[in-house]
Amino acid sequence: MNKTSWVALLLSAVLVLAVGCGGQQNGGKADSGFTVGMVTDTGGLNDESFNQTAWEGIKRTKNELGAEIKALESKRDEDYVPNLTKFARDGRDITWAVGFKFEKAIPEVASQFPNAKFGIVDSNLGGKIPDNVTAVTFKEEEGSFLMGVLAGLTTKTNKVGFIGGISSPLIKKFEAGYRAGVHAANPKATVQVAYAESFTDATKGRSLAQSMYNNGVDVIFHAAGGVGKGLFDEVKTREKGKFWAIGVDMDQSALAPDHTLSSMIKRVDVAVFEITKELKEGKLQPGKQVELGLKENGVGLAETTSKHVPADVLKKVDEFKQKIINGEIKVPKTEEELNQFLTK
Amino acid sequence: MLETLTNILNTTVLYSTPLILAGLGGLFSERSGVVNIALEGLMTIGAFTAAVVTIVTGNAWMGLLAAVVSGMILALPHAIASITFKADQVVSGVALNFLALGLSVYLVKRFYDGAAQTPVVPDKLEEVAIPGLSQIPVIGPSLFHAFPTTYIAVILVLVSSFILYRTPFGMRLRAVGEHPQAAETAGVSVILMRYMAVIISGALAAIGGAALSISIGSEFNQSTVAGQGFIALAALIFGKWRPYGVLGAAVFFGFAVALSLTGQLYGLTQYLPSEVLNMLPYVLTILALAGFVGRAEAPAAIGKPYEKGSR
Repeated sequence: MNKTSWVALLLSAVLVLAVGCGGQQNGGKADSGFTVGMVTDTGGLNDESFNQTAWEGIKRTKNELGAEIKALESKRDEDYVPNLTKFARDGRDITWAVGFKFEKAIPEVASQFPNAKFGIVDSNLGGKIPDNVTAVTFKEEEGSFLMGVLAGLTTKTNKVGFIGGISSPLIKKFEAGYRAGVHAANPKATVQVAYAESFTDATKGRSLAQSMYNNGVDVIFHAAGGVGKGLFDEVKTREKGKFWAIGVDMDQSALAPDHTLSSMIKRVDVAVFEITKELKEGKLQPGKQVELGLKENGVGLAETTSKHVPADVLKKVDEFKQKIINGEIKVPKTEEELNQFLTK
Repeated sequence: MLETLTNILNTTVLYSTPLILAGLGGLFSERSGVVNIALEGLMTIGAFTAAVVTIVTGNAWMGLLAAVVSGMILALPHAIASITFKADQVVSGVALNFLALGLSVYLVKRFYDGAAQTPVVPDKLEEVAIPGLSQIPVIGPSLFHAFPTTYIAVILVLVSSFILYRTPFGMRLRAVGEHPQAAETAGVSVILMRYMAVIISGALAAIGGAALSISIGSEFNQSTVAGQGFIALAALIFGKWRPYGVLGAAVFFGFAVALSLTGQLYGLTQYLPSEVLNMLPYVLTILALAGFVGRAEAPAAIGKPYEKGSR
């Protein structure tokens, strides 16, 4: 390699590093002496998804609990352990790991720093939760059930769709809950299901949506991260009031205001805030899984749902919500449970 | 049944458009003898520039134009390093890929308040129906109700083929890639031809990137291009460094993706898990590259820096 290519390589390395290290956000010091850290997965702080929502919750701990907060963005999967270690070594009162991608990193770091406290979002660590870790998961199937009810009551063609990201137990929970909801509200409706096997390829999302709408589907729910952007790109080109998309994780109606029926929101912010608060008040018992569903307000409908959904449909949705909360309906979260639910 | 065909064709068109454009880009550069592994980076910078300029001007055509310029500018360092300074062309290309991704992600963060993606673009090169033709069953809704970038891609295949095989410029370009010494003896400037080829390459690949951010999709983030530049490179080899070959290879790849995606809607997942179905395009590409197309004849002087006066 000659001089020029070395210069080119160095220059690009510097740029890559500049981006890599740019990811520190300092929330400022406070007097309480209580410190909270958050490590994002590769999505970064402003991912319009759970990292961003989690950061909202962390920011609340600063405003309401006087915590000193700090976030580290992971650029690659290899950054998880070093980032967590940094916060543990700094003696943070709690360090949040956002996303199931931390499944391996959390037990590793938690065992090295038995006196530090950690929280992980979206994973129960396969049931083996160390004594200093709180694992937060959501009953996505319950929120998805309500989306299914909405879709089942909205469809005129009795055909609705579901686009999943990478098929995994987590995304299957969305699918199972959604299909159960469709069935409960409108047994005549069929559900077309497809997985993009990606969380980033928007083109795949778009072509799946295109094919589904062409097949007569008029409402599509996605649980596919960035793939879902393609769904919104496609639905926007279709007739208003006839074709609908349903968003996920946070209110996505801004992506297609005239075509978004609703979004299934996950209150990662509420979860992160409440657990941090419990820790500060000395009430938290780590080493456990905390599961948040409709009852705990951990999942729910976006506020903008009422924009396009008529009041009588919303009322129906609310009835189902109450039935789930008081245990009358047990929402399936796996393929097997779904099949039992459908044959009942 | 007809619906199924329409859907498969639709997805094929959707997927092959950026690949055709970037593949053609690679074609110009490599036919002149310069390896262009930087297609990925050139697509990335095109996608980024198109999105940002569309947001600023509110006009997607301005975005496309700016993408072309950005691709030409980013291709320049590759040309300078590999032609003037005779650096290893693969290394220079790899460096460019890192540079493009790092730079565009960094700038998105700077421009949009730390965000990981640009906002949604206000104007798009959305699908347009060609009157009359779009009414034809099956092929109408897929081939004649397509993105402007798709039409541009097909037209550019025709234009590239004409330029390469029917104009003095194209013949000189190919000569430079096959036997630069002979071309120089005949009075062709090898250096100039190669510079032009690499810059054209940047422009075309950038249009391919723009297709992803302001036509098919509507934003730019770090995974907008996500490896499609490398698939385009494979399409170039699979297409034996010929314009129609690139078209065919890109369409083949798009078709494989279409099968894997639409197959799920027609119950194929009963027999094959979706993970396996989604691997199909890549497996087919490897199989095709490994033997079905026969020996791929690369331009003879590819990858070799030109030394004036050497033989």
